[in-house]
Amino acid sequence: MAGARVIPLHDPERDAARRARHVEVVPEPEQQQSATPDWERRLTDLLAFARRRLAGDYEVDEFGFDRDLTENVLMPPLKPLYEKWFRVETIGLNNVPMAGGALIVANHSGTVPLDALMTAYGIASEHPAHRPLRGLGADLVFRTPVLGALARKGGQTLACNADAERLLSSGELVGVWPEGFKGIGKPFKDRYKLQRFGRGGFVSAALKTGVPIIPVSIVGAEEIYPMIGDIKALARLLGFPYFPVTPFFPLLGPLGAIPLPSKWYIEFGEPIRTDVFGENAADDPMLVFNLTDQVRETIQQTLYRLLTQRRNVFLG
Amino acid sequence: MTPKVVLVTGVSRFLGGHLAARFAANPDVERVLGVDTEPPPRDLLRRMGRAEFVRADIRNPLIAKVISTANVDTVVHASVTANPAGPTGRTVMKEMNVIGTMQLLAACQKSPKVRKLVVKSTSAVYGSSSRDPAVFTEDMSPKDLPSSGYAKDAVEVEGYVRGFGRRRPDVNVTTLRFTNFIGPRIDTVLTRYFALPVVPTVLGYDARVQLLHSEDALAVLERATMHDLPGVYNVGGDGVLLLSQAIRRAGRLNLPVPSSAVPTVGGFFRSARLVDFSPDQMRFLNWGRVVDTTLLKKEFGFTPRWTTQQAFDDYVNGRGLKPLVDPETVAAAERGILDVAARFR
Repeated sequence: MAGARVIPLHDPERDAARRARHVEVVPEPEQQQSATPDWERRLTDLLAFARRRLAGDYEVDEFGFDRDLTENVLMPPLKPLYEKWFRVETIGLNNVPMAGGALIVANHSGTVPLDALMTAYGIASEHPAHRPLRGLGADLVFRTPVLGALARKGGQTLACNADAERLLSSGELVGVWPEGFKGIGKPFKDRYKLQRFGRGGFVSAALKTGVPIIPVSIVGAEEIYPMIGDIKALARLLGFPYFPVTPFFPLLGPLGAIPLPSKWYIEFGEPIRTDVFGENAADDPMLVFNLTDQVRETIQQTLYRLLTQRRNVFLG
Repeated sequence: MTPKVVLVTGVSRFLGGHLAARFAANPDVERVLGVDTEPPPRDLLRRMGRAEFVRADIRNPLIAKVISTANVDTVVHASVTANPAGPTGRTVMKEMNVIGTMQLLAACQKSPKVRKLVVKSTSAVYGSSSRDPAVFTEDMSPKDLPSSGYAKDAVEVEGYVRGFGRRRPDVNVTTLRFTNFIGPRIDTVLTRYFALPVVPTVLGYDARVQLLHSEDALAVLERATMHDLPGVYNVGGDGVLLLSQAIRRAGRLNLPVPSSAVPTVGGFFRSARLVDFSPDQMRFLNWGRVVDTTLLKKEFGFTPRWTTQQAFDDYVNGRGLKPLVDPETVAAAERGILDVAARFR
């Protein structure tokens, strides 16, 4: 058991922060906890949350991440989707470090970026440190009203090297989906075939900040909206990168927008260290390409392995 | 090197006036000249003490005479402004900002005595768009170059300042890119905006706003003048407020306006003389802007005393902005509901 890692079930710091927040509202949490029923404590939390929101009494970081809102409003609706609908199983979550910067690199699929949300929810709820995943999103997300503002409040920021390096060097867990629209909007027949991995910008960001890269393979997301067609004219008209046609959408209208309940697996691979290449490693294009390929191959092989183990799309 | 004779432009406004007052109170400075097209308000003039007011237009070559005859060795250019004087003031504002800077720089170049130039610029030079990184450092340039208004003025002003720096390498040039000012005493577009009872915002957008307390702004300008700190520095308070959050903290009501109706609403507020927003400031309300102040802290040696949130709270308290719903009432309602809930236990 020499290589085994100790994973505390409760992060003392976070628990302390939780308790501190409760103290603000409930004067004696220890006494109340024994006497008050669960619903009343929840009501107390809810009212305190409403009061904080009304008074603007919360912190937002320089990227616009609103932790209070994310934990209390944005994350909870994902719970039934994660636990009941997709029945997500995470593998190797201990590869995600307890603290410090790290770059999560995952495959992208499913027409709608639910895979990114599920990965973020999985880390926030099942990882012992409950770390928020700071995703890097496309320009289109931030240009769209409502969605853009929500994405920022949920901790996402624009996929550019300046933001990635700033987040990583301040010790955040950053998520990136290098395939971008090519991955998420690929036809169903190309499922689980990794698309081009961009220009390797994410690798150079990791090299510059010396943080580990964690390859993540997601199985199940490809089947939620099997894309069998793409209405290019409509996409161009609406300014979308693609306009999906699935067996049920747009045929059944809003009903067709319900994702199919496939069984999901999210595997977090062994971290790839980037702090061993010396000072100016990010300026070596060959190294960047090689690392990019290595990450891509790792994800692709893991995908194949997970697929051979899977017996049924919906039952797993 | 402590400056002997300081010339400050824009002294009839808050920053220029109070800056001149600070120099006048400093016994190391021999002479303080304040320049503006109109005399400062009386209370500001009284504060300025021994500083001399020169009523001159910096767009006029006369300014060169003032600089050379008074042996000015340090020029603080604080008159570049985002606040038009009136409904027709925008053209005048642009002239004052751009042509005024050109004249002033020409005068400085002619005078061999000038040793230092401090320019009050703005972080608006970075523009504001969805394609920009979340935080700007000094070496970044805007994705969409501001096409009009104050931001464009500031970009042009900085261009002329860089040109001046090349032609007179013996002059120490400090360019300070300030975020929006806030404080109980200063009057800007933003302070008027947050004082509206119902604050219009753009529907579906929530800008990240970084603010700087006006006292910190004065301290930074003073430090740049008193010490030799050439370079370009971002100046802003720590931390960020979301626009919606700031409106809540001020106790105002948020009125989201669909972006198609924004020009109409903006026009209404302009004609009602409430708030005069230019298109680039409208864009700022969509995306907001945050700058990195590492250089300010490490190299310039200044850490703002107020964070964005503290500065904003100071403004809210100083202006006596009363929230529409009293926090006490909210707290009482919360206690009331919990008391009722406890009975059902």
